[in-house]
This record gives sequence, structure tokens and C-alpha cells, in this order.
Amino acid sequence: MKRTPLYEEHIRLGGKMVPFAGWEMPVQYSGVIAEHVNVRERVGLFDVSHMGEIWVTGSDAEQALEYLTCNRVAALVDGKAQYSAILNESGGVIDDIIVYRFSPERFLLCVNASNADADFAWLTQHNPTTATITNASADYGQIAVQGPKAIDLLAPLVKSVDLRAVKPFHFIEAELLGTSMIFARTGYTGEDGCEIFVKSERVVDLWRLLLEHGESYGALPCGLGARDSLRLEAAYPLHGHELGTDISALESGLGWIVKLDKGDFIGRAALLAEKERGVARKLIGFVLDDAGIARQGDPVVDPSSQREIGIVTSGTKTPTVQKALGMALVSSDHAATDARIAVSVRGRAIQGRIVPLPFYKRTKV
Amino acid sequence: MEFPQNCKYTKDHEWVRLEGDTAVVGITEFAQAELGDLVFVDLPAVGKSVAAHATMCVVESTKAASDVYSPLTGTVAAVNDALSADPGLINKTPYSDGWIVKLSNIQAAEVEQLMSADQYKSLVGK
Repeated sequence: MKRTPLYEEHIRLGGKMVPFAGWEMPVQYSGVIAEHVNVRERVGLFDVSHMGEIWVTGSDAEQALEYLTCNRVAALVDGKAQYSAILNESGGVIDDIIVYRFSPERFLLCVNASNADADFAWLTQHNPTTATITNASADYGQIAVQGPKAIDLLAPLVKSVDLRAVKPFHFIEAELLGTSMIFARTGYTGEDGCEIFVKSERVVDLWRLLLEHGESYGALPCGLGARDSLRLEAAYPLHGHELGTDISALESGLGWIVKLDKGDFIGRAALLAEKERGVARKLIGFVLDDAGIARQGDPVVDPSSQREIGIVTSGTKTPTVQKALGMALVSSDHAATDARIAVSVRGRAIQGRIVPLPFYKRTKV
Repeated sequence: MEFPQNCKYTKDHEWVRLEGDTAVVGITEFAQAELGDLVFVDLPAVGKSVAAHATMCVVESTKAASDVYSPLTGTVAAVNDALSADPGLINKTPYSDGWIVKLSNIQAAEVEQLMSADQYKSLVGK
């Protein structure tokens, strides 16, 4: 099992370590609910050093990425980030990623920990150009600073640039602790925040600085448990749950990042055909009205016919929304908002209904 | 961690406290700490017969659902309805307000076989 450079810090802070995607990661420190609420109300610090980083460089880097990812890479400018995905030939999702453009010849992909090696192998095998693809996952650590106080906490530390001027889904390189770091206005919690890419050997220094300086902002270290409940409220998909190689990008609600008109890319032909014949399943949000909690894998049933219409991809009772809720892949003819559904939990039908996503949206100030 | 002397324990991390002919059952402080913040308890129906070591009810954290096993054979005489509104009582006070069920029709021989506080404490190493 792999450990991030912050392993000893997590132990010292009382982090409860669990296996996740081949890594030993903290699931919680003080408690999932307290950490979740702290991110919604103040700010939380997450070790996301397990995430993978892959560089795509060279004069035809953009051309390579147009073919290897489904979003429009040409829409990026230097300093801008883009949510995208690596698809297989049948339009299934190998991974969802963020593409950062540093220059027309230099792009960084941030990929899921569990998929980093597979992504790198796939990209290398399918690269249609002479662009260089480098797996730099071991070189970087990442800390996510998330919450309404995230930028208040960070801005005074990073003196050489104005972090407040960095817009959502943009990033900037700046010095902190005498080393260059990447500050990206991105996150996975539904709150404002920043994800900081830092050289592996400096992650501990950055973590300690953020904890110490963050104390007056109410910063708490937060684990994977809160990260999961936060992302679910924000309805961000998670690979292995809402996304997978056997779920098409159109089914899993990624249609908005699939640019069928941009020219050829892996998965395009299959998705064009799927669009033509109609998408069979749809990712929906639901809340349960009866007592009970739906979990991944629970069958979704049509309460009038008792017929199985889909499957739960994620579900829990979340701390901010305080409802038993979740997301599910259901057949498209049963996916209308407000439709009654039931989820079979341990053999018992729990009544609920389809609701619009997301469950939680922050109020912008 | 606290493991009251007036309770008996199972290797599955339930505690039992006798109140006359009834056994009050809950999960231990060790168990609640391992599970994390609980957000739902799927309580059994009153009157249900339960067998020792069989699933008695389910407790759920934000992350997962976990079975709670009945420490004894018996009948569910009462359930702690306060857990429906506040499952966190199990986290806060696992041996008092966080009790889960009361069992009647229990057998003394089964109670005898449960672990003492000291035995349980050495099992979990706390």
C-alpha cells in the first residue's frame, strides 16, 4: 500500500487510516460530520497527494489531447483549467480529469489515483502524435484548501500574486516557502477553494504552514469521508460510482463536456451513434422519503410496476442537506424529475422521488 | 476508552447489561469509534425473535452500513426510538442514551458465556 508524504502528519493528527485506491489515506480525523460542516462553513484541508499528474508536452500536445480527451482543448488558454474525460472506443469513461494549459505546448492532466497508471498506459498507447507524455504522479503532492474561507486563508500567504484575481477554473504558478507551486481555483466539495500542486518533498512543509496559519480561519484537516459526502451533495460524479468504462459518458451526465463537433476523438463514433438512437440510461438524483439509506448497488424500482429500472451509484445521508439522498443510473423513460421511485434496501422497498441535481449549491457572495 | 464493569461483551463489539429479566444491548465505545458518525439506525420490530450471533439490526455511518449482531437469543422487547431522531446518541453515550434494544426471553447460560469488561478490553487492546 502506498503512502503520501503526509502519512506521519495524519497519524500525528489522529487520522483514521483506511485503504483507498491502493493508498493508505485518512478517512477522518475529528469526525466526518464535523469535517463536512467545517468545509461548508469555514475551511478544510485535504491531502489529495494520491491524485495522479500527467504532463503532455510538445508542439502537437494540443492535437494529441483533442484526440485523447472529449472536451474542446482548443477552448483553453494559458492559465485556464478544464474538466474533461478520457473515453474508451465505446464512449465509456476511463477517467474524468482536469486539463491545465500552461502554454500551447505544455498541459498538465490531474487524474484519479485509482486510474493513474491505467490512464498513463492508455494515453501512451493511443497518442496519435509525437507529443511527450510523462507520468509525474510521484513528483507532486496536492493539498486541497476548500471552503468559504479558503482564499482568505491562502491569499495573505502567497504574496507575489493576487490569488483573489484567479477566477474559478483558472490557475497560477507562484512562490511559497521558497518553491514554485501551482494554485488552481478548483475543487471537489462544492465550495470555493484552491488545489495546490507542490513538489513531493515540500508537501509536509506546506501542510504544516496551512494548518498553523489556518487555525485563525477555523481550518480543520479533513479526510476522504467528508470529501465523499461533500462531493455527493454537490453532485460531482466519482469514478467507480457514477463513472466507469461500462457507463457511457452520455449516460453518466457528462454530455456537457463531450464535444462531438470538435473533430475526431476516441469514443466519438460510439457516442454519435448512441445519441442518434437515444441514450438508454440517465444519471439522476433522488431523495428518500421513508426511513433508510440507499447505497451503491441497491436496485431502483418503479413503485407502480415493481419493475427494476436502475441501480444506485452513490448514496448516504449527508450532513448539510440532512436527507437520505443519492445518485442512480436509471432507464431514460423513468428519469423524469419528481417521478416516484423506490430503492430496494436489504430487500425492503424504501420510497423516494427523483429530484434535480445538485443537492447543494453554495450561495455566491 | 471506557468499558463499564457492569456490562458483558461480545467479540463483535456489542455490550449487554442485565436489568432483571431483560438484557439491554448496545455497541461498545470501540465499535462506535471504528464506525464513525452514525446517521441512521435500522431498528428491528418489537416482538421479533433474534438468535445469538445473527443480525439484529443495522447501523449506518455516512460511509457504510454495518450489521449489529444479537449477543443473545431472545425477543425484542423494546427499541430505542430516540435513535431515529438522533443516531449520534450511539457515538456520544454508547452505554446509556445510545442503547439499541432490550431483549426478553433470554437464557442465563448464554449470558454466562459473554466476555467480562477486562476480557473485552484486552481483545480490543485499549
